[in-house]
Amino acid sequence: MAGEKRKGLQLLDFWVSPFGQRCRIALDEKALPYEYLEQDLGNKSELLIRSNPVHKKIPVLVHDGRPVCESLIIVQYIDEAFSSSSSLLPSDPYARAQARFWADYIDKKVYDCGTRLWKTKGEPQQQARKEMVEILKTLEGALGDKPYFGGDEFGFVDVAFVPFTAWFLTYERFGEISVEKECPKLAAWAKRCGERESVKKNLSPPEKVYEFIATLKKKFGIE
Amino acid sequence: MAGGNGELKLLGMWASPFVTRAKLALHIKGLPYEYVEEDLGNKSALFLSSNPVHKTVPVLIHNGKPICESSVIVQYIDDAFPGVGTPLLPADPYERAVARFWAAYIEDKVVTSWAPVFRVKTDEERDEAARQTLAAVEVLEGALKECSGGKGAFFGGDSVGYVDVLLGGLVSWLKANEPLTGTKLIDATKTPLLAAWMERFCELDVAKAVLQDVDAVVEYAMALRVRLAASSAANN
Repeated sequence: MAGEKRKGLQLLDFWVSPFGQRCRIALDEKALPYEYLEQDLGNKSELLIRSNPVHKKIPVLVHDGRPVCESLIIVQYIDEAFSSSSSLLPSDPYARAQARFWADYIDKKVYDCGTRLWKTKGEPQQQARKEMVEILKTLEGALGDKPYFGGDEFGFVDVAFVPFTAWFLTYERFGEISVEKECPKLAAWAKRCGERESVKKNLSPPEKVYEFIATLKKKFGIE
Repeated sequence: MAGGNGELKLLGMWASPFVTRAKLALHIKGLPYEYVEEDLGNKSALFLSSNPVHKTVPVLIHNGKPICESSVIVQYIDDAFPGVGTPLLPADPYERAVARFWAAYIEDKVVTSWAPVFRVKTDEERDEAARQTLAAVEVLEGALKECSGGKGAFFGGDSVGYVDVLLGGLVSWLKANEPLTGTKLIDATKTPLLAAWMERFCELDVAKAVLQDVDAVVEYAMALRVRLAASSAANN
């Protein structure tokens, strides 16, 4: 990696990735200018491989030439390195622990189950349906009657989960799950978050996500 | 809110490496706590109400409020008691990100690849799990070189840090792997830095106080394997 330590922020990303979108939302919430670099995941760039040699995955945030990998780690880094602007994580240690717990829950459960919803058929798909409803209801329980997961302010857990709201339509069409029906509070939260500039700007339109997955299904021969 | 000032209670199970992580963090910080051994076959009301989502150990209860997930607990202990002992996470945001990256790697690649070793039925599956775990351990060797800066003794540099605690919790199980499966996970001929790290870690007072006896872990894992095989045979 000869000489050039580029100053500033670059985000190596892929347009539809909910993990990448977490980072874009966090950067915008903190009003941080950055260069967005769309990656071809079928033909990974030298920059991506060099920046994330361990996983070779997006997103990667490069700050003054130094890479940070893993979306939630990137979001925490953004919060801590640019601490003068409003915090995404609460200052109270217990509240922080709760935020980390729920972000970890979202990471462990949502994407994997969501993938099984559109990738499988028959019994495994039924199982994925059941699990997804349980996951969404658990998250709705954590939200309770608060406007956001963290309370009155949009924060870490909201950032962690909001990109997946663009996938609700896909879950509905392929997995026959209506978030509106099963978890009305969560649906209301999604709408509320959708009114924020950072979310509006960075979430993929739900129809585009659906098209993307529909194309993938054809490619994998999943009817 | 039940519990007095700064009252710490840890719900655990002696064999769990995740519980060991929490114990290590508490001991490193010199924090007194009450340990409650949970019977996972007959979970207590306190346990179920403290971790309704996952129903797993460890659970740390501080002034009556529960914290779950070992990595979250260790970070909480570090955050909630800032003046006490050496911080587990560094102060610099970039170094914190690096520590969190390797912590996540341990979870996603070492623990996740390795856990099936105790559950899978065929030798092929077990060999594949072992192969993946060994590959992950080799990557960790590189990480240790990077993190310790060549001069430090630990992932945290000169002193034990976040990554050391998370990996340290697994040590008795890492050692148990060879008698259980024939595969040595931390082999001085393949990963000399990690082997030296493990020796150094085990010499620490906190490790001596907290780490499980390896033979006891081996016995536990063998009994667990038998139980799992029996229950899956019964379900077929």
